[in-house]
Amino acid sequence: MLNFILLILIYTGIYALMAIGQNLITGYVGLLSLTQAGFFAIGSYVTAILSVTYGIDFWVTIPLAAVVAGFFGLVIGLPTLRLKGDYLAIATLGFGEIVRNILNNWDKVTNGPMGIQRIPMISVFGVRVSPYEKWGFLVLVWLFVLVGYLLFERLAKSRIGRALEAIREDEIAASSMGINTTRYKVWAFVFGAAIAGVAGSLQAEFILSVTPGAFTFMVSIMVLCMVVLGGMGNFKAVILGAFLIQFISYFPQLVGLSNVIPPQFKQVLFGLILVIMMIWRPQGILGREKRNAPGSFFRKGGRS
Amino acid sequence: MNGMTLGGIYALIALGYTMVYGILKFINFAHGDILMVGSYIGLFTFDAIRGQTLGPWTIVAFFIAMLAGMLFSAGLGMAIERIAYKPLRKATRLAPLLSAIGVSFILSNMAAWMWGTKSRKLEYPFDNTPLHIGGVSITPHQILILVVVIVMMVSLKLFVDKSRIGKAMRATSLDQDTAKLMGIKADRIIAITFAIGSALAATAGFLIALEIKVYPSMGTMTGLKAFVAAVVGGIGNISGAMLGGILLGLLETFGVALLGIPYGLRDTIAFVALIIILLVKPEGLLGKVEKEKV
Repeated sequence: MLNFILLILIYTGIYALMAIGQNLITGYVGLLSLTQAGFFAIGSYVTAILSVTYGIDFWVTIPLAAVVAGFFGLVIGLPTLRLKGDYLAIATLGFGEIVRNILNNWDKVTNGPMGIQRIPMISVFGVRVSPYEKWGFLVLVWLFVLVGYLLFERLAKSRIGRALEAIREDEIAASSMGINTTRYKVWAFVFGAAIAGVAGSLQAEFILSVTPGAFTFMVSIMVLCMVVLGGMGNFKAVILGAFLIQFISYFPQLVGLSNVIPPQFKQVLFGLILVIMMIWRPQGILGREKRNAPGSFFRKGGRS
Repeated sequence: MNGMTLGGIYALIALGYTMVYGILKFINFAHGDILMVGSYIGLFTFDAIRGQTLGPWTIVAFFIAMLAGMLFSAGLGMAIERIAYKPLRKATRLAPLLSAIGVSFILSNMAAWMWGTKSRKLEYPFDNTPLHIGGVSITPHQILILVVVIVMMVSLKLFVDKSRIGKAMRATSLDQDTAKLMGIKADRIIAITFAIGSALAATAGFLIALEIKVYPSMGTMTGLKAFVAAVVGGIGNISGAMLGGILLGLLETFGVALLGIPYGLRDTIAFVALIIILLVKPEGLLGKVEKEKV
């Protein structure tokens, strides 16, 4: 039982990292990205391939995972973010599927649907952090969450964060204030991708294997639900959201009903969460963090 | 010919995206899943009524089943619009998109739950020996698909260009507020748009059941490709969607057959096409450049 709760908390941490990235792009810039799973997969495979095939240490692979995921973010972001936000949603939806497609088919490097096994465990100053002893891994994951949270929170409170919010409120007004909207949008997207890459790297070290099947569209939807449920534009709230969604996700196993409740049930529930939250509580459970001025993102009437 | 039939199917789906986008300026992510539901309903109806023997009745049953799928999807599309999108008409741009993603996820998982994840296909209703007409080989299925696609497209084009409702649709998409002032019931027009788009998607889905196969998660990839087709042709533009669909179908078929793109990466073609068109000509082949104003 305790083991199981630890497992949920570890996954909460890994997903919280992705949700923090999603929050920057969806909560702050107000753009819909549907591919945290894609960047998650890229991060996982970077760590897996580098450490298994080339024997490179985890601590070297993790920044590389972030860089590679961020680079792909740039490749997707540059053509789509120059235009209206809607294209990003569709391009990212496609990207997630393509990544899985390539992982499944590029046998030489990714070993196809079989994936890569026997990833070496992490060691910190010579002490091995084994995923079998969950306490150590839990602390490690949440240290990453803490660092990620502080970095992104600082970023969002800085000049850059204000620029991003200005873009969300009114892109044309923002650009007439001299904000290079494309550049800021692309940067936000790249940062969001990079932190998902880090999360992927951690997941690879936790499961000690990677397979394309672990990075379905559902992962992206779960991350999106975390942000929407917790509260867009509030980093603490999305971490809460990450916990709630992971809890729902593992609830059938937790109460021993996984034979009774079909697996699709929770996925239908995730879909319902998105629709219901949008209609009745678009600001999420905790709502947006208040600045000095009252937030106007969800005011009725919108902009014309 | 493979490319043409595939392209025609994409075009039918792309029309739904383009029509909704034209009026509401929003991507209906659930469109692909409405298609999936429509194709299942058509498939079940056909299995229920076709009887044991092949004959003239088979083809009648085929069209009845198609109609059943269309009607069901039209109702579903309208219901979704009413429940999940209409309350968000005045919200931010992000809200209906998120809601649409939710609807899409609900539909595909409900389908997997109720009907299983195994892929299905119409059990060869017609004799499908290829015919050779002037050096081109074509199967009866493909002829059937092309006929249905062409009839649908022509009637849609006539409906939108000539009928009163079509005129109201064009007016609403041009300027919703002014259209309202002119006495057009914009909400009703939007509902009709959803119904037509969904019915076309169901038709396409049923044709996919005839020629390829259907499964609960088919909506994502099929919808994505059709959306690319809509963007290639110029989103919001009905003729553009037809052109884009056919181009994409040809590109996919020839990409695999002639250019030697591995079959596993076939789905990537549409995606690359999207990126290229967004870089080179973001308004699409037949689209107009629209400058956003304050």
